[in-house]
Amino acid sequence: MNPNLLLAIALLPLLGAIIAGLFGKVVGRAGAHTVTILGVAVSCALALDVLYGLVWGGMSSYNAPVYTWLVSDGIQFQVGFLVDKLTALMMVVVTFVSLCVHIYTIGYMADDPGYQRFFSYISLFTFSMLMLVMSNNFMQLFFGWEAVGLVSYLLIGFWYTRPTAVFANFKAFIVNRVGDFGFVLGIAGIVYYTGSLNYTDAFAAAPTIATQLLPMTTHTSVEALTLICICLFVGAMGKSAQVPLHVWLPDSMEGPTPISALIHAATMVTAGIFMVARMSPLFEYSETALSFVLVIGATTAFFMGLLGVVANDIKRVVAYSTLSQLGYMTVALGVSAYSGAIFHLMTHAFFKALLFLAAGSVIIGMHHEQDMRKMGGLGKYMPWTAVTSWIGSLALIGTPFFAGFYSKDTIIEAVGESHRWGSGYAYFCVLGGVFITALYTFRMLFMTFHGKERFHETLAAHDHGHGHGHSHDHDDHGHGGGVPHESPWVVRGPLVALAIPSVVIGAMTFKSLLHGGFFGNAIFVLPGNDVVARLGEELHQPMWLDFALKGFTGPAFWLSLAGVVTAWVFFLWRTSWADAAARVLAPLKALLENKFFFDWFNENVVCLLARLLGQGLWRGGDQLLIDGAVVNGSAATVGWFGGVLRYLQSGYLYTYAFWTIIGLAVLLGWFLVRHV
Amino acid sequence: MQFGLLSVLIWLPIAAGILVLLLGERNIRAGRWVALVAALATFAISILAYTGFRTGTADFQFVERMAWIPSLHATYYLGLDGITLPLVLLTTFMTIPVVIAAWTVIEQRPAQYYAAFLVMEGLMIGVFSAMDSLLFYFFWEAMLIPMFLIIGIWGGPRRVYATIKFFLYTFLGSVLMLAALIYMYVQAGDYSIAAFQRLPLTLMEQRWIFLAFLLAFAVKVPMWPVHTWLPDAHVEAPTGGSVILAAIMLKMGGYGFLRFSLPITPDASHELVWLVVGMSLIAVVYIGFVAMVQADMKKLIAYSSIAHMGFVTLGSFMIYSIVANTGSLKGAVLGVDGAMVQMISHGLVSGALFLCVGVLYDRLHSREISTYGGVVNVMPKFAALMVFFCMANAGLPGTSGFVGEFMVIIAAFKASFWYSFFAALTLILGAAYTLWMVKRVVFGPVANAKVASLTDMNGRESLVLGVLAVAVLLLGLYPAPLLNIMEASVHHLVTQAVHSKLPL
Repeated sequence: MNPNLLLAIALLPLLGAIIAGLFGKVVGRAGAHTVTILGVAVSCALALDVLYGLVWGGMSSYNAPVYTWLVSDGIQFQVGFLVDKLTALMMVVVTFVSLCVHIYTIGYMADDPGYQRFFSYISLFTFSMLMLVMSNNFMQLFFGWEAVGLVSYLLIGFWYTRPTAVFANFKAFIVNRVGDFGFVLGIAGIVYYTGSLNYTDAFAAAPTIATQLLPMTTHTSVEALTLICICLFVGAMGKSAQVPLHVWLPDSMEGPTPISALIHAATMVTAGIFMVARMSPLFEYSETALSFVLVIGATTAFFMGLLGVVANDIKRVVAYSTLSQLGYMTVALGVSAYSGAIFHLMTHAFFKALLFLAAGSVIIGMHHEQDMRKMGGLGKYMPWTAVTSWIGSLALIGTPFFAGFYSKDTIIEAVGESHRWGSGYAYFCVLGGVFITALYTFRMLFMTFHGKERFHETLAAHDHGHGHGHSHDHDDHGHGGGVPHESPWVVRGPLVALAIPSVVIGAMTFKSLLHGGFFGNAIFVLPGNDVVARLGEELHQPMWLDFALKGFTGPAFWLSLAGVVTAWVFFLWRTSWADAAARVLAPLKALLENKFFFDWFNENVVCLLARLLGQGLWRGGDQLLIDGAVVNGSAATVGWFGGVLRYLQSGYLYTYAFWTIIGLAVLLGWFLVRHV
Repeated sequence: MQFGLLSVLIWLPIAAGILVLLLGERNIRAGRWVALVAALATFAISILAYTGFRTGTADFQFVERMAWIPSLHATYYLGLDGITLPLVLLTTFMTIPVVIAAWTVIEQRPAQYYAAFLVMEGLMIGVFSAMDSLLFYFFWEAMLIPMFLIIGIWGGPRRVYATIKFFLYTFLGSVLMLAALIYMYVQAGDYSIAAFQRLPLTLMEQRWIFLAFLLAFAVKVPMWPVHTWLPDAHVEAPTGGSVILAAIMLKMGGYGFLRFSLPITPDASHELVWLVVGMSLIAVVYIGFVAMVQADMKKLIAYSSIAHMGFVTLGSFMIYSIVANTGSLKGAVLGVDGAMVQMISHGLVSGALFLCVGVLYDRLHSREISTYGGVVNVMPKFAALMVFFCMANAGLPGTSGFVGEFMVIIAAFKASFWYSFFAALTLILGAAYTLWMVKRVVFGPVANAKVASLTDMNGRESLVLGVLAVAVLLLGLYPAPLLNIMEASVHHLVTQAVHSKLPL
């Protein structure tokens, strides 16, 4: 593989970002989107070429440094690429979704004054994400990891005059840093045991590290590999928003919708999933760490899905759905079904980006109204958006033959197959989650595209208030008459481009990804843990058709059907029943609307304690104790002493004479006492 | 021995400072240019030192030695090694933005202001290049005078309290160091640092000498709990004073530990490593929390400096814990390398942050966070750079702030999981206090009419911050050249530091 080609894949988006960011005024709006789209498009084409070469072209994987960042103490800190099929798959997903989002942004951000800045950021993101997935060592992984976090921070706070956005981006960064805190400790542990930052060295040493104990106190110690894996996974929990570090993701919806699709659904949040899959040679040797992963993932999958049922903001519903789906992927990692996790990561990237972009299209149509209670019946006015949303939703709930079905059913069956500690709980969570997923997804579909039209008031008010101020505001959107209109082609195009893989990608790749040894050495599973292989043996033939037909007989299908019917009953057929149910289940509703009180706890306990501690240490420690008692205290003592001395230095001759006499007397007295 | 490169580096800025002073306030237009040319020339000459520096050896280079006070066997003895060259480069580099930043801002006695900074530059280079401990002490103390004047004359309303606190704190520490130096001179018959490093000392002697050094250097760094002079000094100092204070003067403490404490008193350092490591970790965590609740931007950055310098002392002293824990030196060099990189990076980043605060202060004459809000709306260029430097301060990879912290955290794991654990807390705390300030100052809607009236940076300000941003980015993306310079000297230092002076 040509290293310059790989460099080009990563650097072209960076080049676009620099041009659009630093020379945005010079190149103008059209220049900014042309140059960034060109960069990402070429990068995507090259990534496809790399994947093609690896899968069909007989190319072998690439693993080599690009340059040495620094050398210290014999440890090489390098920037380098590891490109195998796992990486190539991620590169294609990242660049393809990014390309769709770039094009979509032309329409979505058409009126925004920060147009060039936005394109610069999303291209910079693409670069960072590529550096993350293409890395062959922990240092660069961490670089990409934090760089995507930075861009996420900048993009959540893109509309920086909104206090909510500024709060959300700060929160996102800090919560991610809590994860990174664990991550960096995990990396330090790796270096401790291997003296190297390279994946290859770490993976080779995994069986040895697994036998080591790391002392914690003089009497206790923990299994070294378990500690390292859990630390690394804490990083994944931050980035991939797993309970309890999930709190930043719903708030991140303050950012513009294209980035919710790209960063907070399709790519960045899946970095944690990718990382654990990449680290499978380490995780495989620690049952405890995998059980930890499993339980956290299952909890996220089920309980975060529940929150989607009560949310009314269309983007937040999709965000909770993302949390829940990330939970599914994490569960897959936890039962050693790494290929299943990556499979779901890929299908999810397509259908969830689609759902977000469709939600964005609705938001454009509704003139930036996001409350589903003010929508309804939009399907008639926005047919493209409605149809693509249906496709995305069917994929999301795991309807047989749609992409999401193959990956999600694989995960559920893999959990059923596993005997790992926690898998019973996880099986309950992922099956229950299927019902919940169908319920919130179709609640969203019905409330948005079907039923009574509730938007007239909002849109009329909006049109009325529009005449003055921003006259050119909605040229591209086309509106008037108080009804929403379908979005322009730059918005519809990406919807279609994502809808196609949302249908077919599962069936196309099912066999090779799961049962065809696609990943080769990239993913490592101990023979005893290989649930995916066992699933393959149970199928007559590991073909997509067999699997889909079998799907109709499984519990997941019926649970999801039940969810759809429930949604239909409560949110389309008898909407008054939903209110009645809400009254009956008031305490549950309150619990869900308060998001299980995670935010409340963080704001009122964690942040408060941190501030109190800071104030206490500052006022009590620095000001009172150190400055008050010691520094100014000693100054005061010196001052007091000086005062006494000054009293003696009165300047009067008789005082000096008096003290001279006393002094002589004392000296004489001492002399006498000594010699008597 | 003829007048060498290092002498030029020391005396050129001092001579220029005197020239500016002689030109006087009336010829300040010429005086400014003299100052700028001198700062640029000094930097250019220091680049010659860099290009002429032979890596791969721990030997001192550009050595000059001549008699100074023959009756005391004190010599004018200068030299550079891999540890001091980066610090000298930092000094010559950081003086340039200070000179440019003051261009039109200092209205009161500008000639004296420039003179003070130029003289101080020469003295600081002297501190880093002195190989004779009495000469070192001379520069070390002499440097206090211009800084004292800078805070005392161009400082804020509580400048008298701040200067006296600053002076007494640092002076108190140094006096004990002088006593230790004299004690060793009596033993060795020579003031050269190398002689002290070779001097055999009993454990008891080493303990006392170590503690005397500790007080002198800990105050300078500053380490908890002798840090409380720093926030006061920074708050009262003019922008340039804060920049030099944070960027360079604090580094003298870190340098002192490396040049004096570790090689001269290796056994006491070993014995008392718990003390220094404890103080360092407290600095990282305790000060992190304190920084969070500051309402004054300069105080916040000052506290953040203390926390960041905690990594320097941690990285330097961990050597002994690493050897004790793993039985090998592997990782010790990584820690000291990390400490060195952290010093250079902190010099750039904290200097830049103080300049950022200066940009705001020159406009609204307030350092209070609550005065600002939504600055990005009216000063987009400034906001971009300020966010960049804050990210560097929070240790974002790709900036220089990441390099040293990452190296020290990784090395700390070799000493103890818990060292690493507490050090890594800076990822959370550093981000929290820095970005909380960014949130309140830079982002949000325009907070009030005063903020609405702000104008974005002028060309001079953009140039200064832009150049620093490039430096921070370069060091973050390609730190290898810096490590290359240090490598041999740090190896040599670590060997010295673990070589016991006690009879077996």
